[in-house]
Amino acid sequence: MRQEQSSRGPTLRQSLSVAAAVGAYAISFGALSVAAGLTVAQTCALSLLMFTGGSQFAFVGVVGAGGTPVAAAATAALLGARNGLYGLQMAPVLGATGLRRLAAAHVTIDESTAVATAQPTARLRRLGFWVTGTAVFVLWNLMTLTGAVVGDALGDPRRYGLDAAAAAAFLGLVWPRLREGSARAVAAGAVVVAAALTPIAPAGLPVLAAAAVAVVVGWRTRS
Amino acid sequence: MTGWTAVLVACALCFALKLAGYLVPEGFLAGERVRRIAALITVALLSALVVVQALGEDGSLTVDARVPALGVAAVALWLRAPFIVVVVLAALTAAGLRAAT
Repeated sequence: MRQEQSSRGPTLRQSLSVAAAVGAYAISFGALSVAAGLTVAQTCALSLLMFTGGSQFAFVGVVGAGGTPVAAAATAALLGARNGLYGLQMAPVLGATGLRRLAAAHVTIDESTAVATAQPTARLRRLGFWVTGTAVFVLWNLMTLTGAVVGDALGDPRRYGLDAAAAAAFLGLVWPRLREGSARAVAAGAVVVAAALTPIAPAGLPVLAAAAVAVVVGWRTRS
Repeated sequence: MTGWTAVLVACALCFALKLAGYLVPEGFLAGERVRRIAALITVALLSALVVVQALGEDGSLTVDARVPALGVAAVALWLRAPFIVVVVLAALTAAGLRAAT
């Protein structure tokens, strides 16, 4: 028992430190979302119900750039597709059914999966998943509300450089994924496609079209 | 679609995708190629969003204070600064340049 107690410590510490870091960027999400024209209530609904950072930033990014709601929803869904793969990975670890399975699905995100898969035993993987998922959920929503209220009070977002902050947020989200050569090739291709299409295609489409680059490169790369 | 409809439809789609992972039989989506493409789609979408957010302006490409701000963000990331610091530095750079001109 004593040994078990001590072995839970590192998992809990890891879970909570990840949640604290994530809480900080929920503030930027809240502020950028109201800057893009969403209401405080819509901003909070995204964090409560969508609860997957990349998709949320993308949704408000496309709306802010003048894209149609359909393009915004499609971009968010494409970015959320990876959570399905995380679910596939977590399902046998968690063995959850019924309501617990719905709850597990909702907190299946980059952070909870990453902490879970880094643990040495099945017990700790479950612990890491649930603690990280729950802690991130709570902080993410509290900090989104904070950011949205503060952002709403600020007024013209461009005066405070919030449009540049949104670009930096996307760069920060993609940065850790650029270690591999194939990822860098896809990023470069996506940049060219998006830049080329922006002057000629309706808003939202350049981002979706860039996904085609990933399919082509991913299909041709040998593992 | 109105704003609220789009928000709720997008939320429902994202939840359905998460749940799908728990419902499909193991091995169905687990192919190496599918995993690789899914990871690369994330990279492609985020990279395209950087461009649109940094250069897009009413359906055309514009170079303004956002570009140097993005440069500052890239340097901060390269120096392993935390996410929130990167975002705040970019905002301060753009806001400072606009206030100065």
